[in-house]
Amino acid sequence: MSKPRVIALSGNIVSPLGLTARENFLAVVEGRSGVAPHRETFGIPEPFAASLFDRKAVFSEAASQGVSGYNLFETILILSIRDAVQRAGIDPASSRVAFVISSIKGNVEALSEEEERVPVSVSADRVAAFFGQPNPPLVVSNACISGLTALIHARRMLLCGQCDQVVVAGAEVQSRFIVSGFQSLKALSPEPCKPFDAARKGLNLGEAAATMILSRTDAVAAGQWELVDGATRNDANHISGPSRTGEGSYNALRYVLPACTVEELAFVNVHGTSTPYNDEMESIALNRAGLSQVPVNALKGVFGHTMGAAGILESLVSMQAVDAGVVPGTMGFEELGVSCPVNVSRENRPTDKRAFIKLLSGFGGCNAAMLFRKGGAR
Amino acid sequence: MKIVRYVSIRPDAAWLNGVPVPVESKGLALLTDLYRLHVKDYPKFFKMDLLSKLGVVATELLVEDEPGRFDPREDRAVLLFSRTGPLCNDRNYQHTIAEGEYFPSPALFVYTLANIVTGEIAIRNKYAGDTTAYELSSFSPEHFVAAVRAAFDDRITTSAICGWAEAPDPDHFEAFMMLVQQDAPDGLPFCEETLRQINPNLR
Repeated sequence: MSKPRVIALSGNIVSPLGLTARENFLAVVEGRSGVAPHRETFGIPEPFAASLFDRKAVFSEAASQGVSGYNLFETILILSIRDAVQRAGIDPASSRVAFVISSIKGNVEALSEEEERVPVSVSADRVAAFFGQPNPPLVVSNACISGLTALIHARRMLLCGQCDQVVVAGAEVQSRFIVSGFQSLKALSPEPCKPFDAARKGLNLGEAAATMILSRTDAVAAGQWELVDGATRNDANHISGPSRTGEGSYNALRYVLPACTVEELAFVNVHGTSTPYNDEMESIALNRAGLSQVPVNALKGVFGHTMGAAGILESLVSMQAVDAGVVPGTMGFEELGVSCPVNVSRENRPTDKRAFIKLLSGFGGCNAAMLFRKGGAR
Repeated sequence: MKIVRYVSIRPDAAWLNGVPVPVESKGLALLTDLYRLHVKDYPKFFKMDLLSKLGVVATELLVEDEPGRFDPREDRAVLLFSRTGPLCNDRNYQHTIAEGEYFPSPALFVYTLANIVTGEIAIRNKYAGDTTAYELSSFSPEHFVAAVRAAFDDRITTSAICGWAEAPDPDHFEAFMMLVQQDAPDGLPFCEETLRQINPNLR
């Protein structure tokens, strides 16, 4: 009997740039960004730049699809999951399907008025109930790596035979709570972010939901995307600053690298938040892992930092990029500003390779890496 | 997989392997007492939010006698489950961004992330393995056991600090945590039945 493997059946991205994975991918290759300047938004005194939904447009789109009575966080999750489920052709109400939901702060903006609606687990239950899902959804809340940890965990559920398909969906909605918090940490740039650039000043926050439907299989067919291996690792160093040696990020990379050769990697899609510390740390981790020559790209200039959605959203964009034979450029990047060499470019570059690594790091000292490979001849 | 040790902490008492842990105070002061008696010299404890204090003290009771306990290791995971996660500290931070009194506190904001507790446990004990914060709307032994078993699919993980840590406010908190090992000679089988036996609240 062959060892079971895990593939992606379909995906969706709902962001200010579009309602499908395809629309969002086109925004990346065409160089469009959802990041815009904001003054007085959420009643926050300091200006900031972020990629935010037009609330009215989202609720009106949802209403036109018969979805109402849900808050923004739940609404974008439902829209994203519904599109992905339809494309995959699975039954979301089956007891052999599991839901894994990733988010950092969920519906936190309800804190003052409706505290019982704040826990992500409460929203996850409502979303699962919308789809008639009988199993309790599992929420992963692992700071900025939540979406990737959710994919890693879902893959393991499938390998253990706990279910036949997993709906992995991540979402984040911005609020006075989150924006003020990142501002207080001096982590936000008032201008569009510049990952790995010498003049980078910080990150932009973003809103999005993203869904990937995973399935167990015995053989990966040509053109199918396999989630080959992945792991989460802690720096065991500091709760809000990355390790100076990139320890956890390096250890996560070291975990997945034996399953591939450096030569087969189209790129590493890094976290690339554009904070001075994160990008510097990633350059060190990539260098230690022997990946300095592999093309690297970051998508934060397009979507902002979509927090709990980022791991799923950025993986879906990367899969489509490899399908299209392109290493997406890193919007905002001009001049390298990290201490270790990194093969990053502002422009889109061609590739004929069929694998990539998704890399993320977050508060709480956590880091995650996952290797994706497309089936078929190399 | 075996449960090697298990701990319960509530505002009125604490137990290790089902035996009461001597402690006099109640409520938040109970956690501080356990800190002074067991953790002793780790002043960062006083900067932590309620959930992190609870998780760090519970972990201390589980591993304080372990040989080589501060040797850095990648083979131990920290897998904590909660319903409301950092809600208590969400309220504390929210007070700092009220209309007319807008002084957002970075120190409080950091602890509004659900996985800071797993990070604090990793830092204190030098665990460089998998750390993940999960949320479930109720503590189902069945789904907890399944999730931990899935997490042990990590090739490096051989043991885990895992369990339930719930701390919605300073008068209501509960940790039910355990050290689970893949190949332990002694211990209780890691399964739903055992969890119901060792935690009367789950029966």
